Amino acid sequence: MVPSQIEREILIEAPIDVVWRVVTEPDQIKQWFSDEAELDLRVGGEGRLTFNARTSFRVLVEAVEPPRRFAFRWAHPEGAGADPENSMLVEFTLRAEAGNTRLRVVESGFDTIDWTEERKEKYAEDHSNGWQFYLGRLRDSAPEAKGAAQE
Amino acid sequence: MSPSAVSEEVLLEAVADTSRRRVLDLLLAHGEITPTALAAELPFSRQAVTKHLAVLDRAGLVESTRQGREVRYSVHPEHLDIAVRAMARVAARWDARLGAIKRMAESSADAQKKRARRPSVS
Repeated sequence: MVPSQIEREILIEAPIDVVWRVVTEPDQIKQWFSDEAELDLRVGGEGRLTFNARTSFRVLVEAVEPPRRFAFRWAHPEGAGADPENSMLVEFTLRAEAGNTRLRVVESGFDTIDWTEERKEKYAEDHSNGWQFYLGRLRDSAPEAKGAAQE
Repeated sequence: MSPSAVSEEVLLEAVADTSRRRVLDLLLAHGEITPTALAAELPFSRQAVTKHLAVLDRAGLVESTRQGREVRYSVHPEHLDIAVRAMARVAARWDARLGAIKRMAESSADAQKKRARRPSVS
């Protein structure tokens, strides 16, 4: 009843290969997601998403299965590896439907993330937005709440 | 506590935890229930239940009433509604991103079709 992860999907009238490029190429990511995007598109590859001059988040690629699946962890602290306890997982799934593409995104991990007081403080030092960032990420985990979309 | 007295951040933090969501779900299902009865339906201790209730209480998501030695908890529906809506509002961000991907992919696909229809233009 109380939601835990965000799941959204959309039908796109374009071939799956075209959608795959929009979702995974840094030059295109910059047009729908972050202001700046660096990405080493292979499993274990690292990247960085920058949302304004001051706020940037590390990315670790978890899955690259063109043109069907792309997953990455993000928001883990500087200097640490990404794991379920310190990062969120974003998974894109693409499915061809008669020449069109069904694109689905699931963002999860908000409930497994383990933020110790120490880490919160470290995070506040690492990022100018500090703890506010984590809360902002929480908000991104929004649910599919009935009738609540028309704010 | 009025809804405006609780920040959106506190509400979101309170509902972002799986265990607390299970507590909330049970509270919603039962209407009013004691921590002991809650713990009987959950795989964690009464102490853990009490901690989760305290977090939910600070966020204004639950109300408690004392009857003799018993404290019974129930959901504060107004505050829960605010929390759910706050999350939904930002969920709209993913919709916006998917919408942008759709526009980009479809205009790119259109351009490819036009090129395909006019093979003489290189």
